Amino acid sequence: MDLASQLLQFIFSGLTMGGIYALVALGFVIIHNVTGIINFAQGEFVMLGAMFMVTLTGAGVPLLLAIVLSIILVMIVVGIIEFGAIRPAKKASPVTLVIITIGLSSSIRGIALLVWGTDPYKLAPFTKGSSIQIGGASIIPQSLWVIGTTVVILTLTFFIFEYTYWGKALRACVVNKFAARLMGISPQKMSLFAFVFSAALGALAGIVIAPITYATYDMGLMLGLKGFIAAVLGGLSSTPGAVIGGLALGIIESLGAGLVSSGYKDGIAFIILLLVLFLKPGGIFGTSGSKRV
Amino acid sequence: MKDLVKRKRLRHSLIILFTALIFTLPFLFNNNYFLSVSVIIGIYTIVVIGLCLLMGYAGQISLGHAAFYGLGAYTSGILTSTYDISPWIAILIGAVGTGILAYMIGIPIFRLKEHYLALATLGLGLIIHVVLMEEVEITGGPSGLSKTIPYLSIGSLKLNTDFKYYFLVWAVALLAVILANNVVHSRIGRALRSIHGSEFAAQSLGVDTGKFKLQVFALSAAYASVAGSLYAHYITFISPSPFDLMTSIQFVVMAVVGGLSSIWGPFLGVAGITVLAQGLKAVVPTVMPNAGGEYEIVVYGIILVIVMIFLPEGLTSGLINIYEGWRYRKEKADETS
Amino acid sequence: MVRFKKMSAILVITLILGLLLTGCGGGEKTSTTETKEPYKIGVILDISGGGSSLGIPERDTVNMIAEEINKAGGINGHQIELLVEDNKSDETESKLLVKKLVDRGVLAIVGSSTSGTSMAMTDAVNIAEIPMVSAAANAKIVTPVSERKWVFKTAQSDSLVVEKIITYLKSKGWTKVAFASVNSKYGDGGRAVFEKAAAEAGITILGQEKFGEKDVDMTPQITNIKRLNPQAVICWAIPPAASIFTKNYSELNVTSPLIHSHGIGNQKFIELAGDTANGVVFPIGKLLVAENLPDTDPQKSVLVDYATKFEAKYGARNTFGGHAWDALKIVLAAIEKAGPDRTKIRDEIEKTQNFTGISGIFNMSSDDHNGLALDSMVMVQIDQGKWVLAQ
Repeated sequence: MDLASQLLQFIFSGLTMGGIYALVALGFVIIHNVTGIINFAQGEFVMLGAMFMVTLTGAGVPLLLAIVLSIILVMIVVGIIEFGAIRPAKKASPVTLVIITIGLSSSIRGIALLVWGTDPYKLAPFTKGSSIQIGGASIIPQSLWVIGTTVVILTLTFFIFEYTYWGKALRACVVNKFAARLMGISPQKMSLFAFVFSAALGALAGIVIAPITYATYDMGLMLGLKGFIAAVLGGLSSTPGAVIGGLALGIIESLGAGLVSSGYKDGIAFIILLLVLFLKPGGIFGTSGSKRV
Repeated sequence: MKDLVKRKRLRHSLIILFTALIFTLPFLFNNNYFLSVSVIIGIYTIVVIGLCLLMGYAGQISLGHAAFYGLGAYTSGILTSTYDISPWIAILIGAVGTGILAYMIGIPIFRLKEHYLALATLGLGLIIHVVLMEEVEITGGPSGLSKTIPYLSIGSLKLNTDFKYYFLVWAVALLAVILANNVVHSRIGRALRSIHGSEFAAQSLGVDTGKFKLQVFALSAAYASVAGSLYAHYITFISPSPFDLMTSIQFVVMAVVGGLSSIWGPFLGVAGITVLAQGLKAVVPTVMPNAGGEYEIVVYGIILVIVMIFLPEGLTSGLINIYEGWRYRKEKADETS
Repeated sequence: MVRFKKMSAILVITLILGLLLTGCGGGEKTSTTETKEPYKIGVILDISGGGSSLGIPERDTVNMIAEEINKAGGINGHQIELLVEDNKSDETESKLLVKKLVDRGVLAIVGSSTSGTSMAMTDAVNIAEIPMVSAAANAKIVTPVSERKWVFKTAQSDSLVVEKIITYLKSKGWTKVAFASVNSKYGDGGRAVFEKAAAEAGITILGQEKFGEKDVDMTPQITNIKRLNPQAVICWAIPPAASIFTKNYSELNVTSPLIHSHGIGNQKFIELAGDTANGVVFPIGKLLVAENLPDTDPQKSVLVDYATKFEAKYGARNTFGGHAWDALKIVLAAIEKAGPDRTKIRDEIEKTQNFTGISGIFNMSSDDHNGLALDSMVMVQIDQGKWVLAQ
């Protein structure tokens, strides 16, 4: 296998993982922009999407219906959580809110453990087929689904934010919450909307990657972490930034593992992350945050 | 003015009372399990005191403190088992070394703000963890150190039982509290709190915020390192597993739950979380037999959320609220009578 | 509102105090030689957390044994009481649990499931002078024997497994191989042992790759391996990582034969890897192919008996449960001979000879606290989703 094919292979796996990270990162960015919260439970939304798929397809529900139902189920669960746990804590400091999301993450994971157990579950890929050979490198059909979904989601999100009332209201909250309130936009409703929307994104991410990664009760931990890194890398305030951050992280990891050292791959990704942060403290696309004085 | 003096006296008497309590407990509860759990609580408290100084007083965050904890453990472990250096000197080397490392790495890191700072500390923790896993020649890699770590001894007294180790750990923990207390009530402490209040304002008043933040970061790293060394000499076997992101997050949770703005916060946070975890282990199987750790994780998470919703300032504030509420009612009663 | 806050503060603090008191109340006194007192045996396993796929079948197995023995009248008339604790796959927790169980007066401890958690227990059992029988793989658990007087184990050591693999490689004439391992205690233990043994046997390791326990994509590592064109590839991991590796291996169309370690001895591996598992060869205790063994095999009846009973109650058999079976049975045999005395039990365990277990036939000694030989394992191949003896 010559070097060119090798590099191509690394890029393929990087894009696949990167697409996954990007989807998770999007969820982070949306919640953070509207509510200011870093949602440590984002990864669990991904896990829930995958797990619901396991149960539904296991019960014989056809693929498309299962996908839609899973997303709706996760949205409902997260909506309840936002109402029950996030809303009462609105006045708390950011650190406290982070701890609350940590507690939520733990609880959701624990409940998933109770319901689905520790074993990983296999999910069938959306389309049957063996790996496709391109230029000496292989890519499996499901990877194409992942990348495709990421592109579609990005476009959809763009349209929602630009052309729908809810999307524009969300953006208004980001720019200036007080002014948005004056315009009749309820920050509470926006918070709920942000969470539920991120839940849908997370669930979709879980559904589309589970055939590649298997579905486990604790898959949310690693994905949530990587998504967070990707989001910050791209500048927490920017949705295209989150996607670029995710793809970049995926490719760096893949190249690091392949070209440098597979043991050190996480370390390499992080060193590059730190370098980016030192050079551009606001992330690749972010504005250097202005702090309240 | 009288009130301030009264508060100081109250605080000092609380410390003395606490010390007396700590040192009598092992005689009352002389079973291995209690002593073991208390040793762990003591070790974690030392880490969290440092973290509390950083988060509560200097207003910075660290999601990588388990790395410093691990560096202390590995320094002690490697120096004592492979190079036969005296354990006490190894602890000192670990603390100083980790502190210097933190200071140096802090220089670029502390230029970042908020989430980026958090991420940078997370990254730091992860990188150190990876190094511990990969440098198999020095650290033994994922399998951990191959040689057993010797016990600590004071002169001829070998600290090889939980009973003896308890006293050592808590003596160190109390020293840590006293040192932290002095820092808080000194010029440095006041500078720190001004930074926390408003960094911009502090700077305009001539406070060298950068230097102070670095100093606290280094101090908190040194604290974690000492705790790590104590851990190494207690378990006598170390591997990279305990020194990962989950542990770093655990430390932050303990700090916040305890309450970031008081010297009692760390102890209450660590004790509260540890007791909660162990208590759940004891209680859950009686309510639901054949339950594994799963139920405990759920209940743990739920309790954490509830505590943070109702006591967002932490447990110490909760206790203070109770105390002040009681005093307020007493004064009211005195007035009307 | 303030009232509410204060009340909840009181509630929370009372709750914590309450838990503190229950947590502290663990110091029961032991009663030693009263007749017909139940024999208490401590069990520490990775029932939740990363090692749960080992811990759960192990727990089920020991419960099954205890139930069976108690129905038949117990040991010398004493019922067995198992005190099962979950260490959440955490090392510090394992150590604390040893103290807790010792305080409760157990005669011996079975556990733990994985190497790291077992290692963390060795010091505590040595100090408490209570025998411990682990179901984990790493040879360091029982060596150096001088420092492990009270520690035994029933899973084959990595050194034995590696020896089996190398014998197989040589029988096929493969001398240039690639090695991939999971970056955990299990994987790293295997890697270190294989490196050493390969050098001694004249087998060249063309390249080594590592991956994380929770990694979901190993294509970069496999790409590197493919480039080296090895005659065989050895992968040292447990599911799900092992399954993902195998899946990626097939996706990348690597043609070299794939050999795994004894970490994939459960149905889950095949389930997850699907068709890509076919053709995989690995060394394992005879449990997985019990029915295919010749009737002259001394282990056959014990194996088939355990497999049938376990599958009837709990589901697919796996070798981890088998290790726990061996551990508890050896402890019980020792108690039967020695009575409720920890030191005597330890001595009896060390004297175990010709014990027909699930993992093999055990012959312990003061030098060897594992007691298994090369013939305790066979090379098994996965063929159409089933285990068959490899040729």
